[in-house]
Amino acid sequence: MDLAALKTQLKNFVQSMFEEGVLDNQFSQIQALQDSTNPNFVEEVITLFCNDAERIINEINRNLGYQNVDFSNLDSYVHQLKGSSSSIGANRLKLACANLRQASDERNKEGCLQALQLITCEYCLLRRKFQALLHLERSIVELETNQK
Amino acid sequence: MGNMATQTQFHVLAVDDSLIDRKLIERLLKTSSYQVTAVDSGSKALEFLGLNGENEDEERNSSVESVSAADEDHQVGVNLIITDYCMPGMTGYDLLRKIKQSSSFKDIPVVIMSSENIPSRINRCLEDGAEEFFLKPVKLSDVNKLRPHLMKGITTKTEMQSNSNKRKGSEEIQSPDRTRPRYNELEVV
Repeated sequence: MDLAALKTQLKNFVQSMFEEGVLDNQFSQIQALQDSTNPNFVEEVITLFCNDAERIINEINRNLGYQNVDFSNLDSYVHQLKGSSSSIGANRLKLACANLRQASDERNKEGCLQALQLITCEYCLLRRKFQALLHLERSIVELETNQK
Repeated sequence: MGNMATQTQFHVLAVDDSLIDRKLIERLLKTSSYQVTAVDSGSKALEFLGLNGENEDEERNSSVESVSAADEDHQVGVNLIITDYCMPGMTGYDLLRKIKQSSSFKDIPVVIMSSENIPSRINRCLEDGAEEFFLKPVKLSDVNKLRPHLMKGITTKTEMQSNSNKRKGSEEIQSPDRTRPRYNELEVV
């Protein structure tokens, strides 16, 4: 595929993520911060985000595994995940965090488990899409480098 | 700014426990041509400034030198501090208070960031000396609002020290882009 077509494909792919509500405008802000002096900025942010999100989701999972759940600890993790999601523009994941926040506020363990399932779903979806996005980005960079 | 005569760039100290947010704020600030130091806690920020603990006149011990930006006249080249509000240990508000209580650093403008739109929180920060309060995620348009505060720092250092009228809650004329309207809208989470 040629460079122009790849770029269009990337643009359309990101656009579809906006339309599905998976990403919001904050992601555009991040894309705008990538330039020739920081050519890998989007990839770096996505990588940081995914590592962080997985760590937090695992921690939440672990916390909810205890008979007596430490809800204030849980609150802290949800806050972190919601914050990261918001910062990268992961709209649906951010909304899923709000669900967990509410269940945690209510000290509702069952509600928390359900909310965690939703979070895990949304995260997996997002990660798949991010992987596809990065694959496109890398192909573009490779073509651009070869053309120089 | 006496000893800063050779400094051509503004230096911003960014404080945030979130790795992603630190990366973002650093990039936003660098895009605006600021020199950036990013730390992950209020205590590290104080350490960087050379404020070790209770008494800022304490001898700075050698363990701090590696993170301290102090030059030989004990002046740290920080022109603005931007900090997250919610951090474990010392909050951004605690940090704000410590900076404003310090005779060496009280004139450094402090900006607070938060993911939560809580009017009472915002008011308290502004009343206690914060120049601006940004809602996260912070955008480039927010970072553009920093420049007037940084420019002001150049003139006030050479003029009189006290600037006591600033914190009385009155509308400021020199900062037309104040974020005050922001906290009238309650964000539905």
